[in-house]
Amino acid sequence: MTGADDPATAAGHVDHPERVGFFTDTSVCIGCKACEVACKEWNDVPDDGFNLLGMSFDNTGMLGANSWRHVAFVEQPRRLGGQDPGVAGLPTGSSGTAEVAQTVSSGLREQPRAGGELGTSPVDLGFPSFELPGAEGRDEFRWLMASDVCKHCTHAGCLDVCPTGALFRTEFGSVVVQSDICNGCGYCVSACPYGVIDRREDDGRAWKCTLCYDRLGDGLEPACAKACPTDSIQFGPLDELRERARERVAQLHSAGVDEARLYGADPDDGVGGDGAFFLLLDEPEVYGLPPDPVVPTRDAGSMWRHAAVAAGAFLVAAASAFVGRGRG
Amino acid sequence: MTRRFETREARSDTGAADRRAVVFARRDGNGEVRSGNGEREQAVVPRAEFQSYYGRPVLKPPVWEWKIPAYLFTGGLSAGAAVLAAGADLTGLPALRRAGRVGALGALAASMYLLVADLGRPERFLHMLRVAKPTSPMSMGTWLLVAYGPGAGLAGVAELLPGRLPRRVARPAGLSAAVIAPGVASYTAVLLSHTAVPAWREAHRQLPFVFTGSAAASGGGFGMVFAPVAQAAAARRLGVLGAAAEVVASRLVERRLGLVGEAYTTGRAHRLRTWAERLTIAGAVGALTVARRGRVGAVASGVALLAGSVLQRFGVFEAGVESTRDPKYTVVPQRERLSRASGKSSDTVFKLAF
Repeated sequence: MTGADDPATAAGHVDHPERVGFFTDTSVCIGCKACEVACKEWNDVPDDGFNLLGMSFDNTGMLGANSWRHVAFVEQPRRLGGQDPGVAGLPTGSSGTAEVAQTVSSGLREQPRAGGELGTSPVDLGFPSFELPGAEGRDEFRWLMASDVCKHCTHAGCLDVCPTGALFRTEFGSVVVQSDICNGCGYCVSACPYGVIDRREDDGRAWKCTLCYDRLGDGLEPACAKACPTDSIQFGPLDELRERARERVAQLHSAGVDEARLYGADPDDGVGGDGAFFLLLDEPEVYGLPPDPVVPTRDAGSMWRHAAVAAGAFLVAAASAFVGRGRG
Repeated sequence: MTRRFETREARSDTGAADRRAVVFARRDGNGEVRSGNGEREQAVVPRAEFQSYYGRPVLKPPVWEWKIPAYLFTGGLSAGAAVLAAGADLTGLPALRRAGRVGALGALAASMYLLVADLGRPERFLHMLRVAKPTSPMSMGTWLLVAYGPGAGLAGVAELLPGRLPRRVARPAGLSAAVIAPGVASYTAVLLSHTAVPAWREAHRQLPFVFTGSAAASGGGFGMVFAPVAQAAAARRLGVLGAAAEVVASRLVERRLGLVGEAYTTGRAHRLRTWAERLTIAGAVGALTVARRGRVGAVASGVALLAGSVLQRFGVFEAGVESTRDPKYTVVPQRERLSRASGKSSDTVFKLAF
C-alpha cells in the first residue's frame, strides 16, 4: 500500500487493521431509509426536524449534524436498462416533475442557509399541498436512489483544518470527531468539499458519521451496512470493495446500463479517493455530490506563499511610510 | 504495516446474491445490448446551465456569523496600528506611538472577544492550544496571535500606566508585535481561502493583498483619527499605500475568478464592496489633501478608511457565504475543470451558464 492510500499509517498508526470503508451500490438501493434509521438509533443522533420537503420521498434533504446517512430520491423521465417503468397509461405520472423541483429550489433559496441547514435543523418549504404542481402523465420513468454518507476522504479537509485536534484519523483509516475536544469553531464545516459535517445548533459542536468507530473496534460492521436489506451499502476492506465495485460496473455495462460509473473510487482524485465511494447511474451533481471535489489543503502552499508576499509588502509599506519624505 | 480487519461475526452481505442484482436489459436480434429506450446512451437534452439536486447547495454555508468578518477587521486594525506604533517609536513621534499602541491593544482585545464568542463552545477556547497544526490555518493563526498578543498587550498597557518600568519594556514589546503583525494581517486570507468555499478558495492569490491592504488602510486611518496632524504623516502614507493595494487587489478578485467572480459582483457582497471601494478611495484622497491641513479633514479621512476596511471584510465574507448557497458556484467550475482535463470542449454544456 502506498502512503497516500493508507492514511492510518500516514497518521502514525502502527500495526493497524487494514483500511475499511463503504461501497454504496446505488443501482440496488430501494430507498427504504433503513440506513438512516439504523444510524440514528445506534449513534443516538437527534432528529433533524420533521419536514416535508417536496423532494420526492426525500424528507431529510442533506447530510448534516443530525443526519449521518441521507437517502436521495431522483425521479427521471427515462428507463433504467430495459426495465418497464409501468407508468404508461396511469392517470398521473410521478411527483418528481421539473415544476416540483423548481418549487423546492426556490423555497430553499429563501431559507437562512439556503438549504444548508437540511440534515441539521427543521426547514419549512410549504409542503404538503393538496395539488402537486405540474403532475403529469409519463411513459418513461426511473428512480435514482442513493444513500449518501461521509466520504472518509484519504485527504480529509475537515481533519486538516481542525485547530483543536478534535478530528482525528482512526486506525481503520476513517475520520472521527472527538466530541469532548471539539470547541465548535466551525472550520471543518467550510473545509468539507462535500458539505457533510455541520455544527449542531443547540450543542455547538460539529458532528458527522464516525463509520461506527465503536462497532468497528468490537468487530462489528457499521449499523447502516448491517441494516441495508439489499446490500446497497457494503462494508469491508477498501481494496476488496474497490475490486468488487469494478466488477459490478462491468456487469451493469454488459447489461446495457452504460451510465453506471464509480464516484470517489479513484485514489488520484482531488481528495485522494474516498473511504466511502459510490456506484452512480448519473452525474454526481444529480445526487447533490460535487463532480470534482478537491481538499483545500492541496493549494495550501500557494496560499501561504501569496500570504507571505503580502505580509512582506505590508512591512515594506509600513517602513517606507516612515522613511519616505521626512516628517511632512 | 497492516493486518486484516477482524470481524466478530460474518458481514451481513456474506454470500448475498443481491449484491449482483440483475438489471434487465433488452437485447435486439443482433445480440447487441441496448439501453432502456432502445438507443445508445447519450445526452438526450442539452443541459441548460447545470444539474443539481433540487437546487440544493452542495456545500454547507459557513456557520460563522458577523463576528468573524468583524474579527478580520479588528485583527487587521491591530496589526496596522502595531506597525505604525513601532515606526513612531523608532522615529520619535510620541503621540502617534501612543495612539498606535493603545489602538493595537484595544483592537486585539476586541479580536479575542470576537474569536472566543464565535465558538460553538466558547468555554473550550483553550482547546486551540492543545495542538500546533501546520495544515490548519486557524491553528497557525492561534499561535500567531499567541506570539503577537503579549508584545502588543504589554506595549499598550505601558502607554496606559505611569512609571519607568513600563516604558523600558514597551519598546521591545512593541517591536516584537510589529515583527509578527504582518503575519496577523495576512494569515486571515489563508484562513478563508483554505476552505471549500468557492469564492474564498478561488481568490487565494488576491485575498492576502486585499486583506493586508485593508489592514494598512485601517491602521493608517486610525493614526489619522487619533494622532495630531503634525505627527500623522506616516499614518497618512500608510493609509494611502494600503488603500491602493486594497482597491487594486479587490478589482483583480472581481476580474480573475471567472464564474465565481459573480459572487463578488452581485448581490449584497457587491453592494458592501462598492461602498468599501468608494470610502477607501475617498479616505485615500482625503489623506493626500485635507488630512494634511487640519484635524477635521484628518478625522473624516481616517474614518472613511476605517469604514472602507470594515465593509471590505464583510463584503468578502458575504461573497463566500453566497458562493456556498448557490450550487452553480460549486458544480459549474468543477465540471469545467473535468472537461478541460478530459480535453473536451465545455462550450455546449455550459453555454447558458456564462
